[in-house]
Amino acid sequence: MNTLPPFQRFLDGHREDVLRFLVAAVGRPDADDAFQETFLSALRSYERLRADSNLRAWVLTIAHRKAVDIHRARERRPLPVADLHEGATPIAGASAAPSAAAQGDHWERVRALPPRQRAVLTLRYAAGLTHAEIATALGCSPEAARRAAADGLKTLREELPHVPASA
Amino acid sequence: MSLHPPDLAADQAAALAARTAARAADERIAEIAYAVVDAPVGRLVLAATSEGIVRIAYELQNGGLDAVLDRLAERLSPRIVEAPARLDGARRELDEYFDGRRRDFEVALDFALAGSGFARRVLEAAVRIPFGETSSYREVAGAAGSPNAYRAAGNALGANPLPIVVPCHRVLASTGGLGGYTGGLQRKRLLLDIEGVRPG
Repeated sequence: MNTLPPFQRFLDGHREDVLRFLVAAVGRPDADDAFQETFLSALRSYERLRADSNLRAWVLTIAHRKAVDIHRARERRPLPVADLHEGATPIAGASAAPSAAAQGDHWERVRALPPRQRAVLTLRYAAGLTHAEIATALGCSPEAARRAAADGLKTLREELPHVPASA
Repeated sequence: MSLHPPDLAADQAAALAARTAARAADERIAEIAYAVVDAPVGRLVLAATSEGIVRIAYELQNGGLDAVLDRLAERLSPRIVEAPARLDGARRELDEYFDGRRRDFEVALDFALAGSGFARRVLEAAVRIPFGETSSYREVAGAAGSPNAYRAAGNALGANPLPIVVPCHRVLASTGGLGGYTGGLQRKRLLLDIEGVRPG
């Protein structure tokens, strides 16, 4: 018997987590569309889900896949000139966008990390998933997820000396 | 922790969720759209499939919105979203009815929750009772094919998933008494009053 909650309740219960994750993972301009695509995808496959599934980890995994699609699409197309002025700078050019970093928004730097490090840090620190849930989402071992998180944080600390080691 | 989740503007996620729900209903990815509307009989939960209105529930009499949605999820589909625009037609007709400006409902109905066999025929018989007129449980049972099954007819009317538009309130006891009502007798009296009926 299917005892999944009515979809609206699921949407209301996870909308803030999913939006926070997407703002961190793809940036504000793309987060709105990614949010809608995430929940519409979830709705399409909702009834195939088992009622005792971890709904939060499930929808964040879908959001993560949408984020991956967006990053791949960005890599395929040349960077528009306007983006350069908005601070979508690669890690090497850290000094080009001091304001975001000064305000404590490190997510722009996280988005410039290699894909797995980016995914692990956004799922861990923007969405609050455990390493085990992240491993399931990414299809890797918990150990690999932990290692990617450590590598990503190390890179961030080198770039941004005020990121504390406790992160 | 130094990597804090990004801040969101107030209501940002709620507004996006509302837009997503409306799209889900418009693009028919959701099976059921619902709205909660105010009415002189108290708040109503209206729900529609692509076929038509499938449920009208007196919110309080049915344990609240969550309980109504849980039952829809169990009996029809959990792919339910709040999409008030999809219920605008039904809401307008109900408003007109409560204002005394409408005698017949034109909105399409989905009888998916109306049961089958005798129970369904009872509800179909109730639909045929005109505005401002009444019938008895025995007459409705007869119209459904079993004049002696008036108790079963009463049960079927009591389980009416579409009160007001399937006018089970027009069915009274043959003694002239009110009988029962899915929304409580006070509401039955109010609906009959709108139609100018003064039961004995």
